Amino acid sequence: MSAGALIHASVTLGGRCVLEEVSLSVSPGELVALAGPNGAGKSTVLRALAGLAPLSAGEAQLGGTDVKTLSPTQRGRKAAWLAQERASAWSIRVKDLAALGRFAWSGAPYERLAEADRAIVDDALARAGAAALADRPLDALSGGEQARAHLARALAARAPLLAVDEPAAALDLRHQYEAMAVLRAEADLGRSVIAALHDLDAVMLWADRVIVLDQGRVAADAAPRAALNAELLAQVFGVRRRSAGGYEPV
Amino acid sequence: MTRLQLNGVLALTGLAAILAGLMAGSAPLSLADTLAGLIGAGPDGARLIVLEIRLPRVLAAFLTGAALGASGALLQGLLRNPLADPGVLGVSAMAALGAVIAIWFGLSALSAFAVPVMAIAFAGLAAAVLAGLAATRLSVVQLILAGVGLSSFAGALSALAMNLAPTPFTLSDLVNWLMGSVANRSFADLALAAPFWIAGAVIAVFALPGLRALTLGEETAASLGADITRTRLCAIIASALLTGGAVAVAGIIGFVGIVAPHLVRPLVRHDPGDLVLPSALAAGALLALADLALRLAPFPQELKLGVAAALVGAPAFIWIAARSRSIGR
Repeated sequence: MSAGALIHASVTLGGRCVLEEVSLSVSPGELVALAGPNGAGKSTVLRALAGLAPLSAGEAQLGGTDVKTLSPTQRGRKAAWLAQERASAWSIRVKDLAALGRFAWSGAPYERLAEADRAIVDDALARAGAAALADRPLDALSGGEQARAHLARALAARAPLLAVDEPAAALDLRHQYEAMAVLRAEADLGRSVIAALHDLDAVMLWADRVIVLDQGRVAADAAPRAALNAELLAQVFGVRRRSAGGYEPV
Repeated sequence: MTRLQLNGVLALTGLAAILAGLMAGSAPLSLADTLAGLIGAGPDGARLIVLEIRLPRVLAAFLTGAALGASGALLQGLLRNPLADPGVLGVSAMAALGAVIAIWFGLSALSAFAVPVMAIAFAGLAAAVLAGLAATRLSVVQLILAGVGLSSFAGALSALAMNLAPTPFTLSDLVNWLMGSVANRSFADLALAAPFWIAGAVIAVFALPGLRALTLGEETAASLGADITRTRLCAIIASALLTGGAVAVAGIIGFVGIVAPHLVRPLVRHDPGDLVLPSALAAGALLALADLALRLAPFPQELKLGVAAALVGAPAFIWIAARSRSIGR
């Protein structure tokens, strides 16, 4: 059974069709990359999977159940979603941020969580490389440190499905690597991970499978090396590989 | 400092402020006479001053402050903005409009309860409008703008009533009301507001965890498993009930709903869920002390509490706004 799936899902935003009859699924133990040019619908797919985008047609499923029939708490337990924009209105401490990952179990801040939940939060902080930051307030952190704190929050849910939008955005090379390694480790623990990625080299390196979106439709759904062939690169991304490395417009 | 210690310290501060308010005044009383008066013993004069004159006024100041402080903290958490207060969503202005209508049409002459009842009814009307808007998928910015519109509209109608005031006495009544004061309040005034305050406090409790999740924005909060619609409804309705009661008792008293949460926020580690109760206690103590200061101030005519609150609060508001980094998010 897949942890998350879209079945002929369409999403309309402001009269524009953002997703059109998209079907996809993510299985346990799998790290699936979501690739595509800007505006292809990557973020919308992740929102739809997490039950946050109302569908105009089709169905979104978490653990085989239609998300529309799930309560907010049930939804929060089945999927963790990390938005591209990692904003916090208040300068709370990193461990209170990570504790929000347990919200579907307990809405308390870190100190008032049950011991078992607190251990899960500690573990998530450690895996995201944010353990040393735990007591610091968010506005005392660099961008990279904040990204790790938010990643720890998403890990703390221990949800079967982890949907991450641009995990490597605005991170330096080392932190990009570490963020991807954390997602890989999550998948290896048996969770289903789906991540929107712009860096096609990272897709090749880390993902078991890539789903390429183009103008709200699935253009390819296969192992990265098979999917990201010259024809698709030209057609969807408008680029070709340079022999010297990197990409250039066709 | 734990949550319990913080709330304990603030509650004791509030009690001390109330006690000071009972002892001090044009006829100062000893601690012994004050305490004796409170339990209905002691000399007749002291008992009368404590129970009949000072206690209702001091309690009115404390409870009005507490209601506005809690209301401000709830709205700030909901709107993720440190500048939100009961004025922002237009609840205060609508409640005041209700009172103005009662005075203008002479309803207040028919019954002493007309002013409070109309204030609470109009706060409820504002709450109903806002709750209706909140139940649709309106963004926070849209909700704030709707509140600003409501506030301006209610303010314009209040100004119109003053413009067309039938007699100088009506005008003077209106001005007195709009300036905000807890002078000459009775237990009857408090009793009328009490049910609304109690209901508001109970409903507020249901919004607290959701406010914590809303720290990360509405969409992420929803993904965490927070019931956003319920949180919004509870926070708005609770805030309206608390504010409606406060305006019914004391007229318009601004800024305490912004200043108190701002002072307390660092002490609760910026947690919007833990902020509400300490904000209420701090705002109550602040307003009780402010009213005490006004009673003791050597002015020929007593300064109105709402005027004093604005004189201190408005510069504080500007200072908070200038230092805030999260406005407009």
